[in-house]
Amino acid sequence: MVTGIDVVAPNGIGVDEYWTSTLDGRSGIERITRFEAGQYPSQLAGEVNGLVPEEHLPGRLLPQTDRMTRLALVAADRALTDAGVRPDEMPEFGIGVVTASASGGFEFGQRELQNLWTSGSKFVSAYQSFAWFYAVNTGQISIRHGLRGAGGVLVGDQAGGLDAVAQARRQVRNSTAVVVSGGVDSSLCPWGWVAQMASGRLSTATTPARAFLPFDTDAAGHVPGEGGAMLVLETPGSASRRGAANVYGEIAGHASTIDPRPNIGREPTLRRAIETAVADAGLVPSDIDVVFADAAGTPDLDRVEADAIGAVFGPRGVPVTAPKTMTGRLHSGGGPLDLVCALLSLRDGLIPPTINVEADGGYELDLVLHYPRPAPLRAALVIARGHGGFNSVMVVSHTEP
Amino acid sequence: MTIDDMLRILRVSAGDSDDVNFDKSIVDTEFEALGVDSVALLEVTAQIEREFDVDLERDGVHGGYTPRQLVALANVR
Repeated sequence: MVTGIDVVAPNGIGVDEYWTSTLDGRSGIERITRFEAGQYPSQLAGEVNGLVPEEHLPGRLLPQTDRMTRLALVAADRALTDAGVRPDEMPEFGIGVVTASASGGFEFGQRELQNLWTSGSKFVSAYQSFAWFYAVNTGQISIRHGLRGAGGVLVGDQAGGLDAVAQARRQVRNSTAVVVSGGVDSSLCPWGWVAQMASGRLSTATTPARAFLPFDTDAAGHVPGEGGAMLVLETPGSASRRGAANVYGEIAGHASTIDPRPNIGREPTLRRAIETAVADAGLVPSDIDVVFADAAGTPDLDRVEADAIGAVFGPRGVPVTAPKTMTGRLHSGGGPLDLVCALLSLRDGLIPPTINVEADGGYELDLVLHYPRPAPLRAALVIARGHGGFNSVMVVSHTEP
Repeated sequence: MTIDDMLRILRVSAGDSDDVNFDKSIVDTEFEALGVDSVALLEVTAQIEREFDVDLERDGVHGGYTPRQLVALANVR
């Protein structure tokens, strides 16, 4: 079960602000301010500008952390506080950490590369040895709180975040009492930016409201963002023993697949991932009351996703939404943020909207557009896909009393 | 290189912590006891080398050194 959550998102810091903004359809996508982006064809991003992580972390951690680690540490701190978990009161190996990362510490790495090439190897920070590394968020969270249970990292671009929570669920089922999970990414620096543009999937629109339009006839790319979410997963026994104050729901099912190579006549495997995740939850498709789409925002990928959803749930067979239209695609943070959003939807019986999109109808999706839709929600399906063919699908549901 | 340089470099390269202030009171405390771990010490030593253009043979510097001893080493080189 999920007993603690926190969010660091371009349209809200903390769970309440994020949820309120999301229900209001408020977007955090703007022209980039973090670096000089005017020279690039893509100039918009979802920046986290409402939080100064340096104000919340000890000075000792600052020289050795990339921005994405600072954001992750703040989110993990707050998720643990939200859960009411006191590591010093838990068994020594009782709390694990499994996070996802898609880019590692790009901004830190760019600076050190610049030091290397302008000044020489003696000017590269010793902290580069780990500050760039995908597993560093897991490591720093674990060190900061003394969490000595099983630890790990999953790397699968945007799909990795759900894979990390799935791995956390495996560990909890394997009797680790508590596992901190989720993902936070940030690669809003020139080096990170050109790396993303090389995918050919970034929007070049200059107006935020016209830039990220999944399932729309004008879909022409996505907008990246920074941030993500952290979740505390726990066994029912542990939660009950310590009187956990919050129970947000269950990670009920999961499946991940990888697409076959293109042009060999085999189908993408997203449909199978959806069916397997639903079955893993002990459910059937009609039990799912909302789908949080991966929402790639390019026509070819939108078509694959819409076809898979339609094949499993029938044409317009389930409400579909993409609140990431308000944040951009957050790499490893995207899946966990959608999970938190799904849990809050279940809590409040409200499906958050997809903004800026006018459905083109050709996809036969029941898109929730512009305004939140009240609905009785028993279970939600969250889809996350990563560059290179990663598909990860998760089901969340209420916790039975 | 002075003790003040050392304290400044500690603050920048290792970072102040809530428990330990890098001020003159700690100049004879071992780095390990100050919470300056092996990587932080590498970075602190590298920064001294950059600023003062010395070679401290970093492999020899370890957590048992004190700030005063590291300053002395830098000034000998």
